[in-house]
Amino acid sequence: MNKKKYKEIVDNHTPKENRLFNCFVSFFIGGIMGLIGQLLVEGYSYYLDISTKEASTFMIITLIFLGCLFTSLGFFDKWVGFAKCGLIIPITGFAHAMMSTALEYRKEGLVTGLGASMFKLAGSVIIFGVVSAYVFGLLRLLIIGG
Amino acid sequence: MIYLNAFLCAGIICVIGQIILDNTKFTPGHITTIFVVIGAFLDSFDIYDKIVLWAGGGALVPITSFGHLLIHGAMDTVNNFGVMGLFLGMFDLTSSGIVAAIIFSFFFSLIFQPKD
Repeated sequence: MNKKKYKEIVDNHTPKENRLFNCFVSFFIGGIMGLIGQLLVEGYSYYLDISTKEASTFMIITLIFLGCLFTSLGFFDKWVGFAKCGLIIPITGFAHAMMSTALEYRKEGLVTGLGASMFKLAGSVIIFGVVSAYVFGLLRLLIIGG
Repeated sequence: MIYLNAFLCAGIICVIGQIILDNTKFTPGHITTIFVVIGAFLDSFDIYDKIVLWAGGGALVPITSFGHLLIHGAMDTVNNFGVMGLFLGMFDLTSSGIVAAIIFSFFFSLIFQPKD
């Protein structure tokens, strides 16, 4: 059996993910997350009497809290497996990445495990965010001037 | 009306991520990193502000808003301090999210046991 034929057989037997269904689910779940965000912003600014900018900070903290809580309770992984990008792209994905590494490395000790490895997955978001923001900020200073 | 905009905006951003995830070999870590860079890029030319005005929370929930807030904080201090402001104000607006993530994951990992 040559390699080409082998590859054909493998391709036939690997389960095909329904891409259209995946897109629909992530659109729906992601949209609901956006809706929850908007509702939280309006709720906070109405009941606590604060500006929209501060309310959006409160909203992000609330979503991170919920992401961390549900991850440590153990059922957020299943939701991410179902909704995929619908829960990874919102800020809950960032919280999920931090929380799951923290839970995983907790058993290796507080300093060498938890402290050293907490940013193992989520660190790239911060590093690349800061680097790109710095580069784009310099570009903007040069082109527009502040 | 802003609720529909928020739903559509967050949904479309998630679908773009899902299409990239399904059709390439990128991991979810790559996708979130790409989206943060895209958010920083869009905000450095004032495009993301318009999206936030249109969609409200729908544009603030996706991880692109993290890049948007990074460069937004930096640009606020650049007006007062020049190039040094880039270093000074980078985390001004995002600190709340990072601190919240660190605090909650630290204490929850002390309380809860990992479930496999």
